Order: sequence, then structure tokens, then C-alpha cells
Amino acid sequence: MLYLLVGLNLIVGAAIFALPADKKHLPRWFALAAAVVSLATAIAVFAGYDRDVGGYQFQRSLDWLPSIGISLDVGVDGISSPMVLLTGVVVIAAVLISWGIDERPREYFALMLLLVAGTFGVFVVLDLFFLFFFYEVAVLPMFLLIGVWGGTRKSYASMKLVMYLLAGSILVWAALLVLYFDAGIGSFNILELEQAGVNTTAARVIFPLFYVGFGVLAGMWPFHTWSPDGHVAAPTAVSMLHAGVLMKLGAYGIIRVGMQLVPEGASYWLGIFLALAVVNVVYGAIAAMGQRDLKFVIGYSSVSHMGYVLMGIGSMTVVGMNGAVLQMFSHGIMTALFFAMVGVIYDRAHTREIGAFSGMARVMPKFSALFIVGGLASLGLPGLSGFAAEFLVFVGTFETAPWMAVLGIIGVAITATYILRLVARMFFGPVTEKWQGLPDASRLETAVGVMLVGLLVLFGVYPQLIVGTIDVSAIPLLANLEG
Amino acid sequence: MNGGDFLFFMPELILVGTAIAVWGIDLFTPEERKPDLAWPAAAGTLVAGAFLALSWGESREVFLGTMQLGDYSLFFRVMFLAIAFFVLAGSPGYVRRNLKNGGEFYGLILMSTVGAMVIASAREFLTAYIALELVTFGFYVLSAHARQEPRSNEAAAKYLILGAFSSGLLLFGISLVFGVTGSTFYGDIAVALENSGDLGLVWVLGVALLLAGLGFKVAAFPFHSWAPDVYEGAPLPVTAFLSVGSKAAGFAFLIRLFAEALAPVASDWRVAIGIVAVLTMTFGNLVAIQQTNIKRLLAYSSIAQAGYVLVGLAVLTAETTAGMLLHLAGYAATNLGAFLAVIYFHNMTGKEELGDFRGMYRRSLLMTLVLAVSLLSLAGMPLFAGFVTKFYLFTAAAASGMWWLISLAIANSILSVYYYLLVLRQAFVTPETEEEARRPRFRLPLHATASLTVLAALVLWIGVYPALFVEAAEAGARTLFGG
Repeated sequence: MLYLLVGLNLIVGAAIFALPADKKHLPRWFALAAAVVSLATAIAVFAGYDRDVGGYQFQRSLDWLPSIGISLDVGVDGISSPMVLLTGVVVIAAVLISWGIDERPREYFALMLLLVAGTFGVFVVLDLFFLFFFYEVAVLPMFLLIGVWGGTRKSYASMKLVMYLLAGSILVWAALLVLYFDAGIGSFNILELEQAGVNTTAARVIFPLFYVGFGVLAGMWPFHTWSPDGHVAAPTAVSMLHAGVLMKLGAYGIIRVGMQLVPEGASYWLGIFLALAVVNVVYGAIAAMGQRDLKFVIGYSSVSHMGYVLMGIGSMTVVGMNGAVLQMFSHGIMTALFFAMVGVIYDRAHTREIGAFSGMARVMPKFSALFIVGGLASLGLPGLSGFAAEFLVFVGTFETAPWMAVLGIIGVAITATYILRLVARMFFGPVTEKWQGLPDASRLETAVGVMLVGLLVLFGVYPQLIVGTIDVSAIPLLANLEG
Repeated sequence: MNGGDFLFFMPELILVGTAIAVWGIDLFTPEERKPDLAWPAAAGTLVAGAFLALSWGESREVFLGTMQLGDYSLFFRVMFLAIAFFVLAGSPGYVRRNLKNGGEFYGLILMSTVGAMVIASAREFLTAYIALELVTFGFYVLSAHARQEPRSNEAAAKYLILGAFSSGLLLFGISLVFGVTGSTFYGDIAVALENSGDLGLVWVLGVALLLAGLGFKVAAFPFHSWAPDVYEGAPLPVTAFLSVGSKAAGFAFLIRLFAEALAPVASDWRVAIGIVAVLTMTFGNLVAIQQTNIKRLLAYSSIAQAGYVLVGLAVLTAETTAGMLLHLAGYAATNLGAFLAVIYFHNMTGKEELGDFRGMYRRSLLMTLVLAVSLLSLAGMPLFAGFVTKFYLFTAAAASGMWWLISLAIANSILSVYYYLLVLRQAFVTPETEEEARRPRFRLPLHATASLTVLAALVLWIGVYPALFVEAAEAGARTLFGG
């Protein structure tokens, strides 16, 4: 089943290249079919994960290069199964939002599916080589997706993004080889490497390499600058995938590889990285406050929100970890919603200047409602999933580093300020003459928005639905960290 | 010597026969039909391949122990035949437009191939040296083949002078090694080295000269300076052949020499070769970034690739040998794919500057995809051969614990993606001007489509499921290291 998630998207992606060039609408139907099957599979994986049994489920293994111990092992646990679900949801939203793409649709959808295959791959593999393999598969299509279909400063942003992320993977690759040889079992299997362990010195050397290497993709301060530029340049659906799932790969890498395989290094370093995570939260929020372009606001708010994820990880508590993973999920949904809505307004008004809008709630009521819900989730309104996640992160952080938690809460206050100010400015007040008669969100766009809002509400009202699953794997992970 | 030896030597003899036949037919062929002589020549490589298959898996010494036919030589012989086949198959269109005397041209390609195949089997200095001269003499003439073209003449003159000089160095090195050890047979040299104590300055000078002479053939820093000029000036199919065939032949010589003759002292040369490796890849990559001509860019990129292989030579073990063979094979398929795309592009446009590739995706998606696959494979990106082969090679080399070498190799490998993406950006991303958009689409002949597809498929095969190739490379390494 897990092979299907990766293989299907790869194969359909390749098949799309072979479609005849004059049938412009065919590629999107292929992509939609792949996305529907992916979502169905992802739901089956998430719902089928048995919490009472725990551990890794849906495991399968395929020999690949036995002589150096690489095999295509897959399986999900309580941390990766919500991520698989998130990817399934964001992908279908992204495909639907791209429905109107008519510039080189073959290449567009094929590259998008390639990216999706890489993302699923990272979340489901249990082999360090393949984790790294799919990690790069997911990163590379961004260069072309932003370069061809992007907007503002696309050639600068696409190259910057790829070079930053690949520079991070230099660290990951080097650390991975140290880990492989230090464990000395001749295998890249994550479960076997976890059993074997590494010596203390090596653990302390390689954990920061993993943390920073993966952290670049998670938008870690001070290596986050590629992210807002990339978001702004990318076309709508690519921003959704990028902020929605791609940045999560970074945080997931830190958890799966960094914390799980080198726990000694993690407990040694995470205190320091917690402080950097707080900088992420506060710096991202302050930077977001100063932006005039709507996409830049959301780009920086992503940096800030990913900071909560890193805080939850840095707290080294089960509660904080639950919060971090839930935040990964809820930020993924929320930011996909945001970018989809920015795409809607930009399509019609051809500007993203916040100051240019006023009273939009009366002109485009459906669009405004969806955008405002996203905003409220972002500032952590109780009842939406962002609240539950941030709450757990702060509880966790408070247990181990109360001062950090207090500093982090400043970030929440700033977020509330810029979100509310933006909402008030754009949606209320007198209607701007110029935008009178702007068409509201289309039925398709509304449907995508409502689906995402539904999930935000569902997991906001009943977070246990996900937290229960995360808990199953977070408990042994952190027990390992202390022991 | 006995008659049976010739049976195992049949593939080489068939190539010699084909070359002579092609030259003979050439005399009676009108000038306009001569370019098509590539097909009988290519057929000769296929027949030779069939004979090679007859002796598959057998291992024996032939011609008084001067050659050993086994899995190591089999690996290279298959590779050289395949290289010759694709170079010949890619040539006719180019020859028709730019060169005279097609038959002569194809026959020389076959003769150089024979030389390369003998090098792979030779385990005696003079045999290897003469075979190497057979390779390079072919190339001297081939690179001068565009007689009306001043660049080609300049390239050939430069190549001849520097090539003869480096052959002199190599020969001097051989004579010094002979002076110290009393034999030209690799096996006897190894025995002599094991039994002797301090070898003195003459010995060090001898090995240094061997390294310099062969370093020239594989275009390692600081003996690389001929490569960009010759690559740029020589006819394109020759450049393609030079960049894979000549380089692989040089490495076939070097690897066997170090593994069989110099094994007892190889570790003394570790750091020196490691430094050469790092300088070679760093220099190649840094200069490649500034290139605007695709041939020069690929020339510097191939210098960098030689640097990666040298990492394996520095840490000489059975595993790194397998890694080197694997990387050379993947590189051969990849670079040929890139060059064939460039050759066909040149056939249709007569251009070779990076800016000329703008809008290539519209004119032929297949060619653009093959070029993309090849460039990304050279950059070491996953799904393509380069990722797997470099990962295998660097993993094998990391067992030595030379982390400075491995980290620099990894950093080089990943940062090199920058200039490959610059080419890809021209071909795939940058839009055409209105005038350019009226240029006709490319119409590829059927054989061109077939060659490009097969090479790209090979690159993907190695990149996605390399088991077959890895087994062959490991078997080849076992020939040299036993076990």
C-alpha cells in the first residue's frame, strides 16, 4: 500500500510526459486521478494505523543493494501516518487549484507528481539511503516549477531555493555516512541502525549536522531566507505544496533521523537549538509584520510557525512532541488554505499589495470568510487546530525551559497583531471602488477552501483524533532520549 | 601461447577486421554515401559484442600472461563496445554536415576502441602502454578531422604535443619502475615490492611520472589543461568519445596498475592522490560555472567527474574499485546521452552556445528531457545514475575514515548542480522571444530518437534499480582483489 503512494505518482508523472501535446486538458485529469488514489490510500493508512498495537505498521521490504545494506523498506508509525494524510490532502487541493493552468500543462503536472512522489517517499521509507534519495527527489522539481510557472524574481528565487536546500543536504549526506560506519552493521535500515546506536562522540558531532541540514528545509533561522523568496515566486499550487508539505520534510527528518537515530546527540544539543527555535518564532513574526505583499506575510508567518514545530521538538517532552507534529499537520493545512486564497485574489486583482484592498468582505464574501478562518487558525484561536498544537508546544516547553516558553508567547502576541491588522485592513472598512464587481471565489476554489477549513475545525475541536496516534510513537521516542 | 587465446581475443580482432573493411569500402564509396559507413562499423561492434558474450564469465590468462581476461576486463570491454556503438550511431548526421572521409573517421573510432579494450585486459606495462598509444593515436587524427576548421587544427596540434609529452613521461616512469623492480609484469612487480625495503628516490620519481602520464590521459589536475581546448575544437562525436572512452581507458589502466602492481605501496600514495582528486573536482567545477559554450562546460564537468573517480583510487579497496567501475559506467551512459543531445542539436542549428538552447523544450521535448536526465545525473541527483554511483563510491571510500576527502567530494558533488541547472534553465525554463518562437520544431531521425531513448533509459535503470550493474562491478573488482 505504501509502495503505491510513491510508485503511482512516479509512474503517472512519467506517463504524463508521453501524452500528446495538443490535448491540453488530459494531464490534469491524470494528475487528479493520481491525487484521488493517493488521498484514498493516505486515509486508509491513517485510519488503518492501529494505535493499540503501535510501532511500525504496513511494513514491506524489497532488496535493493544488499552488498552495502540498502533495501527499500517502508512502514509508518504514529508520527509519519499523520504526515501521509497531510500530504494526501494538500496534494488534491493543489491539483484542484491548478485546474486552470494552460501553459505547458504536461510538464507542470508531471513535475508536480514527481515532487509528490518524493514527499510520500520520505514519509514512508525506513531506510536512510532512500530517505535521502526521496528528499532530493522532492526538492529538485521546485527549481523548474518555480522557474517556469513562477512570478516575482523567479529565476533568482528558484536557484536560491535549490542551492540552500542542497547545501543542507551536504551536511545530511556526510552525517549519514558517519552514522553508517560508526554503527558498523553494514545496513542503512533505520530500525537496525536505531538498535545498533552510535558512540557518544560521533553522536555529538553528527546531530547538529542532521539538525541544520534538515533544518534548512524546515525554515530554521538563520537559514530560512530562501523560504519567503521561494513562496513569493512560486505559483499558487507550488506554494501550497512547498509550505504545506515540503517544509515538513525538514522537521520530519530531524525527528526521524536526528532524534531517533542519535538520541545522545539530541539530548546534548536540543537545549541550544530550542533557543534558536524561539528566535524563529519571534523573528518570523516580526518580519511578517513589516511586509506589504500578502505572500511575503504568509511566507514569514510560515517561518514563524515552523518555529513552533522546532520548539516542540526542542522541548524534549512527549507533550511538546505531540504539539510539534500536530503543528506540522495543522500548519500544512492552514498554509495551503492561505496560499490558495492568495492565489484567488491575485488571479482577479493582479496585485497582492495589502494596502490596495479594503472592504473585500462585501465584494467577495466567500473568499473573505475562508481567508479569515485561515487567519484565525494562524493566530491560534481555540476551536481551530492551530490552537491545540501551539498549546501543547507551550505546555511542553514550559516543563523544561519556562523562560523560552515565555519568550515564545511574545511570538503569539505579534502574530495576533499582524493577522488582525491585516484582516481589518483588507476585509472591513469602506469598499474600494476599483475592486467593485470582482468575482468571488469559484465553486472549485470554494470547495477546496471548505475542505481545508473543515479539517482545521475537525482537528481543532477534536485533536485527540491525531494526537492519540502521534502519542503512540512520541512516548518511546522520548523515553529513548532520556535513557 | 595457443590457438585458444585467439578465441577470447575475437571481439578485438573483429573490430580490427571491421575497421579495415570499412576503410576498404570507403575507397569505392562516393563521397555523399560515406557518412552512412557508420552503420557497418556499428554492426561490427555488435558482432564483437556477441563474441564477447560467448566467453562470458570465464577467466584466463592469455598471450604469455600479458593479458588477463576476466570479469574486470569484461566490464570494461562491454562498456567500450557500447560506447563505440553509440558514438558511431550518433555520428552520421554530424559527419554529413561537417566532415569528409567518413569511412576513415569511423575506422579510427574502432581502432581506438580496440586499444581501450586491450588496456582493460593488460597486466604488463608494455602491452598496456602500446594499447594506450593505439587509443591516443586514433584520437590525434580524429580530433584533427575537421580539416577546414581552424579550431580543430589547433585542438589537434595541442593534443598531439601535450599527448606525446605525457606519453614520454609515462614511458620514463615505466622504465624507472622496471629499473627498481626488474620486471614489467604487474604480478612480478608486486612480489618485488613486497620483498624490498626502502625503495629510494628513483622509485618515488618513477611512480610520480606514471601518475603524471596517466593523469594527463584522464585529465586530472594539474594535467588537465589540454582538455577544454581539445573538447571544444574537436568534432562533436570525437569530443563525446574522448570524454568517456579515453577517460575510462585511462582509469582502466590506473586501477589495474594500482591494484595489481603497486598494491603493496598503494597506501603511501593515498594522501597525494586524495589531494589531486580534490583539486581536480574543485577546479573542474569552479571553472565550469563560468562557461558559456556547452562543449567547454561539459569538458570541465568531465574533469570534475574524473576527480570523483580519483577519490576511489586514493582509497584503493575492492569496494572502491567496484564503486569506480560503477561510476565510470554510469558516467559513460550519462555523458553520451548529454553529448548525443548536443550533437543532434548542433546538426539542426549549427550552434553550441548556452544561449542557443533557449526554448529547446518547445522544439523537441524528448531531446530536452534526455538532456535534463543526463545533466541531473552528472550533478548526482536521485532517480538518475549519478546519484547511485556517487553514493556507492563515496560510501566505499568513507570506510577509510578519510573524512576530509569524503566531505570535500560530497560538497563538490552537490554544489556542481548549480551550473548544470544553468544549462537546464536555458533549455527548459527561459522563454523564447517572439521571433525565436517561430523557429521550426526539430524533426529527429528515427535512429536518433532510439539512441537518445535507450541512453536515457539506461541512466534511469542504473538510477532506479542498479543491482545488475553493481553485481557486475563487484565481480570486476573481485578479479583484482580476489575473494
